[in-house]
Parts: sequence; C-alpha cells; structure tokens
Amino acid sequence: MRFYEFEAKQLLAKQGVPTPSGGVAETPADAERIATEVGGAVVLKSQVLSGGRMKAGGVKFADTPAEAKAAAAEILQLEISDQLPVSVLVEAKAGIKQEYYLGVTYDAIAKQPVAIFSDMGGIDIEEVAEQHPDHVAKRNFSALLPFSDYKMKELIASLGIGGRELTTLTRIGSRLAHTFLKYGLTLAEINPLSQLDDGSFVALDCHLDMEDEARDLQKDLLAEMGIDADETRQGRPPTDFERRGAQVDQVDARGVAGRVVEFDGDLGLVIGAGGGSLTIFDAVQRHGGNPANYCEIGGNPSVLKACELTKLVLSKPGVDKIAVIMNVVSNTRVDIVARGVVKGVIEAGFEPSDKIVFFRIPGAWEGEGFKILEKYGVEYGDRTVSMSEAARRAVEKLGAS
Amino acid sequence: MPMFIRVEVDPVAAADNDLAAKLVEVCPVNIFEQDVSGACTVVEANEDECVLCDLCIEAAPAGQVRVIKLYE
Repeated sequence: MRFYEFEAKQLLAKQGVPTPSGGVAETPADAERIATEVGGAVVLKSQVLSGGRMKAGGVKFADTPAEAKAAAAEILQLEISDQLPVSVLVEAKAGIKQEYYLGVTYDAIAKQPVAIFSDMGGIDIEEVAEQHPDHVAKRNFSALLPFSDYKMKELIASLGIGGRELTTLTRIGSRLAHTFLKYGLTLAEINPLSQLDDGSFVALDCHLDMEDEARDLQKDLLAEMGIDADETRQGRPPTDFERRGAQVDQVDARGVAGRVVEFDGDLGLVIGAGGGSLTIFDAVQRHGGNPANYCEIGGNPSVLKACELTKLVLSKPGVDKIAVIMNVVSNTRVDIVARGVVKGVIEAGFEPSDKIVFFRIPGAWEGEGFKILEKYGVEYGDRTVSMSEAARRAVEKLGAS
Repeated sequence: MPMFIRVEVDPVAAADNDLAAKLVEVCPVNIFEQDVSGACTVVEANEDECVLCDLCIEAAPAGQVRVIKLYE
C-alpha cells in the first residue's frame, strides 16, 4: 500500500526525520494561506500515487502566495496517470547544497532488509547504480533484531562521508530503518535527502510503501492518518479486466485464483504458487514473451475458480494462447487446477490442446492431473522442467503458432 | 454435465434418508443434497469439484456410491 507524499512525510516527521515546513492544500485558497504562513518561495506538488509528476506538470514553484494560489488551481485540475490529485503539498522552497539518497527495502536474494545510500540523490537510484556504482553503497541488516545505528554509520561512511554530515545522515538513516521495521514497510525511500545552504538536512521527497498484510497490524496508525480500510491505494485505478479478476477470486472461499494485473502482451498467464507468479512472469519476459496479464493461483482453489480465471484470461483481446505454469505445489492440487483450466478453455469455446501452449504444475496429485492433460492433448511438463524452461517453451510455441 | 467426475448413488440407497443425510454431511464440496422427500440427489454442477476423498464411498454400504473418473 502506497502512501501519498504528504502522508509519508507526516509519518517520517513523527519519527524525527526533518521535513520541509508547509502543509497540505485541498483548495487554491488553502495553498495561498499555507504559502503566506511559510513565507518566501514555495514548491507545490500534486498528491497522486504516481511518479513522473514533474514531467506531467504536477510540480510548480511560486514566489508569492498569489502565485501559489494560481499554481494550486492548475495542479488540482491536472490528471496524472488518470488520477486527479487528492490535494497539493505546499512546502518551503529550499536552497540546496548537496543531494543524497537514502532507502530501505527488502533484498530478495539476501532475504534480509537492505539499506541503500548514495551521495548522488535527486535522480533515479537504479540509474545511479548503473552509471555510477561507486556512488552507491548497501548494507543488509536483520529484520528480527533491533536496528543498530552503527550499520547505518558504516554504510554512509563507506562513501567517504565524515564529520557533522556523517552524524546527521546516520541519525536520519537510522530513523528511516526504524520506521521501515516498525510499520511493516516494503519500501522507505528519501530522494532527495538534501543538505541545505545553512547545513541542515531535510527530506525533500520520499516514498513509503506498506506491506498489504501489515495493514491489519497497523490499523491504529492508518486510522490516525485517516486512511480507510477499504482504500486499495494502487498506483492506478483497476481496469475492468482486473475488476473481473477480483470477482473471480470472490466466487468462493477456496484458495486464491485472482490478483490479476493487466498488461498489453499476447500470452495469457495462469500462474502462481509460492512466489512462482513473479518468477514465471519475469521468465516469460526474459525469453522474449509478452505477458497479457499477471495473476496468482494458490491455496488449492476450486475447479470453478480456476475455470473462471482461465475464461477471463482468454477473453482478453489479443490473447491467443495461455501458459499454465506454477512452482511445485503441495497444498494446491495439480488435478484440480488442470480440471479448472481445461474446463475454462472448453467453456470459452476452444480446444485445450490448441489454446494451452504449455502446462507445468508439478506436485500434489500430479498423476491425476497429467491423466487429464493427456486426455485433452495438452503438452505438459513435470518437475524436471524448470519454471524458466516452461516459460521458454511457452514463448517459443506461441511464436511458432 | 460433468466433464471429469461423475458420482452415482444406487437408487435404493439414495432413498435411504439417513444415508442421504450422511452423504450430505461428509462431502466437503457439496455434491449431495436431500430433496423434499429426504432422498439423496447428486448436484451436477458440483461433481467436477470432487476431491476424490472417498468419504462418500466409506459412508455408504459397499458399492452403493460410485465415483467415476471420466478422464480414464
């Protein structure tokens, strides 16, 4: 769940991270009042859950309260990525001496959180890592033990930062890491973390994402911030295809067959199991395929759910074939998913042997599942075929058809 | 029409209200129902959901309930 910038800054300020003076305006008059209170030049930022605000015209500068009012009026009517802003953040415009990057996220390979620091802030950290790797430092730390400030100090000092800057950046970075752990975040990023002309530091922009599963644990915090339990906080409104995917998952309580995300490719995906969806989606792309969708199957969904999900994916314009690939399953049954997928294809008016380019779900009840696939002439693989190889075969077969 | 699993209950056994109630109770995917007379009927729409647990077969006298895999 993504926070708006103003919410992220409120949360960080509560944890002792310095943020610019200012406030949130819901009307142009609010913006004028806040600019007056701030005094001097201000920056006005559209509050949408989307990147690219500057390019889209969602960030403006104003030297006077009257200019701030006019800028807010423009921003409040400007759609960015199909979203109208919920408000405008009005903050003091700062004179910047140096920009840094501080971030905390999860390192999937190390299976630990990782703190990232760069002395080249203000630009995309991936770009810095690629073009100036000597300006990016990382340190893993434990998600179970309390965060130790010395880890942050080591990280920042590794890029040659010393003196008062090291002390202040360590304090801010440690508070960011504490916030990350305390609130079940998946990303906590300050970019840029700016040193102002007077030597002080301030988080000029930040991005916080909370793990969806942490929302219940953090319900008091979210209620305090005025965030409704029903707010999905996705980066964009769901498409009709995605809404229908959510309905599929609600047809009964058994397992999961949903979490559908729409893409514009031509290969429909029925994928899942133990993180398998992400791996398979990436593998399809790595082998040159264009996924039409992302989805997740797991927890032993009913035949009906697997059937409805298959029909949904096949109904998407541009989808000619589907690949059915999962990690090795233990609680999800291969035969149940096979029944659902084959039934879905037939109910959609097609031949399973034609529409399913490859089926790879090894695991519980695979013998029964494979009998079903054989009867309907569907090409399948067992656990000797890796997920990557299954994706490769699916992409190759789609290309050849 | 089921595509993968067909469940058959012997007509005499199906008329046994006690057995019908037992079949309704044991089936985890609601394949059995009792009609107004209390007799057992098979819910066609749920047959393909059969998880092959055999609880219905064990609940009934031998041979009175049959679970047939249509893909074999």
